[in-house]
Amino acid sequence: METIQSKTEELAYTLSHERDEHGHFVPVLEDLKDWPIYRLGKSRDTFVPKLIERSIEQAHLMSGTPQKLHDQIAQALYLERIRIKHDPYKVDPPDDKKFWKSMNERLVKSSLQNANGEVLEADAEMLSSIISRYAHEIAGNFNPKTYRFASKVLPMGFNRFLNAANTKRFWSGKFGIRDRIKLTGPMEHVRELSQKGTILLTPTHFSNLDSVLIGWTLHQLGLPAFLYGAGLNLFNGQFFKYFMNGLGAYRVDRRKKNRLYIETLKMYSRMTLRDGCHSLFFPGGTRARDGQLEKRLKLGLLSTAIDAQRECFTHPNGRQLTNPNAENNRIYVVPMVINYHFVLEAGGLIHQFLEKQGKDKYYIDKEIFPSRKAVLQFMQKFVGAKSEIFLSLGDPMDVFGNKVDLAGNSIDRNGNTIDISNYFKTNGEFKTDLQRDSEYTKLLSERIIDAFYKKNTVLSSHLVAYTAFNLLFRKHRRLDQYGVLRLPEDERKIPYAQFAQVVERLRDALKVMAANGEVQLANHMHGDIDRLIQHGIYNLGVYHAKHPLVKTDSGDISSEDMNLLFYYHNRLKGYDLQSYI
Amino acid sequence: MPTYGVIGSGSFGTAIANILAENGEVLVYMRREEVMANYKAGEHKGQKINTKITPTMDLQEVCERAELIFPIVSSKGFRNMMRQAAPFLKPNHILIHGTKGLNVTMPDGKDLIAGQPVKKRYIRKMTDIIQEESMVIKIGCISGPNLAREIAKGQPAATVVSSRFNEVIERGKTALRSPRFRVYSSYDMAGVELSGVLKNIMAISSGIIGGLGLGENTKAMLISRGLGEMIKIGRCLGASHRSFLGIAGVGDLVATCSSPLSRNYTLGRRLAEGESVSQVLDTMEEVVEGYNTVRIAKGLAINYNLELPIVEALYSVLFEGSTIADCMQQLMTNSLDVDADFLE
Repeated sequence: METIQSKTEELAYTLSHERDEHGHFVPVLEDLKDWPIYRLGKSRDTFVPKLIERSIEQAHLMSGTPQKLHDQIAQALYLERIRIKHDPYKVDPPDDKKFWKSMNERLVKSSLQNANGEVLEADAEMLSSIISRYAHEIAGNFNPKTYRFASKVLPMGFNRFLNAANTKRFWSGKFGIRDRIKLTGPMEHVRELSQKGTILLTPTHFSNLDSVLIGWTLHQLGLPAFLYGAGLNLFNGQFFKYFMNGLGAYRVDRRKKNRLYIETLKMYSRMTLRDGCHSLFFPGGTRARDGQLEKRLKLGLLSTAIDAQRECFTHPNGRQLTNPNAENNRIYVVPMVINYHFVLEAGGLIHQFLEKQGKDKYYIDKEIFPSRKAVLQFMQKFVGAKSEIFLSLGDPMDVFGNKVDLAGNSIDRNGNTIDISNYFKTNGEFKTDLQRDSEYTKLLSERIIDAFYKKNTVLSSHLVAYTAFNLLFRKHRRLDQYGVLRLPEDERKIPYAQFAQVVERLRDALKVMAANGEVQLANHMHGDIDRLIQHGIYNLGVYHAKHPLVKTDSGDISSEDMNLLFYYHNRLKGYDLQSYI
Repeated sequence: MPTYGVIGSGSFGTAIANILAENGEVLVYMRREEVMANYKAGEHKGQKINTKITPTMDLQEVCERAELIFPIVSSKGFRNMMRQAAPFLKPNHILIHGTKGLNVTMPDGKDLIAGQPVKKRYIRKMTDIIQEESMVIKIGCISGPNLAREIAKGQPAATVVSSRFNEVIERGKTALRSPRFRVYSSYDMAGVELSGVLKNIMAISSGIIGGLGLGENTKAMLISRGLGEMIKIGRCLGASHRSFLGIAGVGDLVATCSSPLSRNYTLGRRLAEGESVSQVLDTMEEVVEGYNTVRIAKGLAINYNLELPIVEALYSVLFEGSTIADCMQQLMTNSLDVDADFLE
């Protein structure tokens, strides 16, 4: 314990020197050419062939028998034909139809051949062509020029918006983005670890603005750009295509659901993480349509973190090339929670959610990026209302959920260092065990969700929405959720005294939970309850034309839009607070 | 020959150690000198001690020599035991516990007061405690109709080894397998663990019925309605009903509710025979897990409005001084009259 203590103190000392005279973090890696993402881009020509080779190996491994491999190719072709016919994108390559047609012809020929229990040459060739096509599509490119441009222009644009409401200070620059976005958490720890190993940032996802905020956060932390998967649809527009291509985003095509594509995508993620490229996953997959904190994560992409960590021990490779400064072969998972008083796309998202519910397995895979006009409007309202955004970083952990100290070691509760390579061993030997690793992935997802709940910052707007919806639900207990959402306006009234009493009771319960580390409270959550209610209702109402909550002329609480009220109330779902209503 | 570890030398721990000794060397950790002396003399709690068992008071030795360890101590002492073992544990260790109890950690750090509502996030299963107190991830539990005295006599029996990990299940099965001990497997760790925990409530109730001299009809009513209440509590704590219908659920329930050998049953029987709760508890040699479980179940019922008439009745006998006669009356006249309502 003593040695860890002194090491921590020593690091804390050096860390305090890492800010410039304005209190900003200095970049961890000054020269863009040292950034893992840049080096990955530079080594694209050697990386992509390796990706193809390993993805082909993986496809063989996953299918098991030559017949199953053949079937998988056939299934991929079938699904691709449907995609081309029913859901074409502007960004699809011009030879898409021709390529898949030629594959189809080859498949027909190969189906007639007798394999004698071995993989057919034609199947092997097809597999290679398909995976090669996917690999080239997925792998991104990082362009330092675009990055420099974006990192200068975006904050400038942000600041302009933020200052627009305050013309006096516009030129002084004193009232900047930093005042309105509250970033909390172990920032120095994350900076430190970025120099020890690979960071995997896993934020909650509520809005398309999240990506912009995360980009801003990384810049504030002085961290190099992170690799992230961007929906291929975002590359459709010229404006975004330019940034995405240049910022090192790799392409994720949600339309492609065939096994070969998924395995290539996962292999890309596994290899880049293993090779030391700091990455960003939205582990919930898409934006949370119901406004609730993620309760279940997508395990596919997350499993690549476990695979990558395992391969860091069993197949160390490429790390020196991408991240030569890294001291160890660890992957550090950093959860992050983003909290808005109001969400840009709330109306559309909750509409989709309610539409989807009840329709089993109905999947909305068209992501429409909000128009520039909508973003502009949002920013103006945000500024005008002096609203705030809260970003909370969780404590870094290893891929098994163990705590990590400043020196990058995994530690148990007693402060003992854990040799995490042993998680992959049985009787002292590395052992391949897919079932074990899939359980490790589930455990990691549980740890991330746990961190989401603990690092969630409860805002006044969440609390008033949660209280109001639940009071209405209780008052009309004979109705189901849909019934409550359809309540006529005159049935939506809640007497103020009752409302205030419940808000206070919940706030006090949340305070106890916060003291116990189960959740975080924004500063405005303390103090006078009437002021808190006013703050919450005001902030909820800033952006939406129909207000989720209003105070009527008679002083009661009511709602103009029950769907939105439901959406914002969901943010506090999952904390087991019903008994306080 | 593999070396297995057992932490705890109560009657069940000793029975498990004897089974393990059929497949390898066994190190049993204990804290008391007199138990050590019993082990060395070859008999403890009426059970012969297999010669392949080595008793030890050195926890570090157990952790260093055995990769597969079975912690079987009372739920009250479980966290403390884990804290002591944690510094010696490594990520490759496998822990399969056999403790049928729950812990509650209230936010103020105090014990749960009887009658206080309890939220599920404050309840810890033993597997949760292992995860909280150590870095071990490969965790499992054994549960089933395993009355220690019958096992000691070499009668055929079955148990369930449950874990999220194949590796844990397989190694647990290999270690425990014997011609007289059938080991089933399950991935539903929460269900298996909670089945074993919650059946203790019914075992106490069954003891009361036995002590009152009531017959099989009454007992059958208790077992079937009791199972329903166990499932309701299990669901509240996030388990599915599946495991409750298997060896660790119905299997264990039938055994403990029928056997005067079980501790929980004995508590109920002696209460029905006129002793007070404190009289019985003070004279029991080993911990009666069900007593604490009733308090927790009652707390859950209050907080989540669960309808648990048997739990309520037993709670009022154990903690509120109600008479057994009053509670029986209450049970026979309450308004819940839908059969198999736990399936809805």
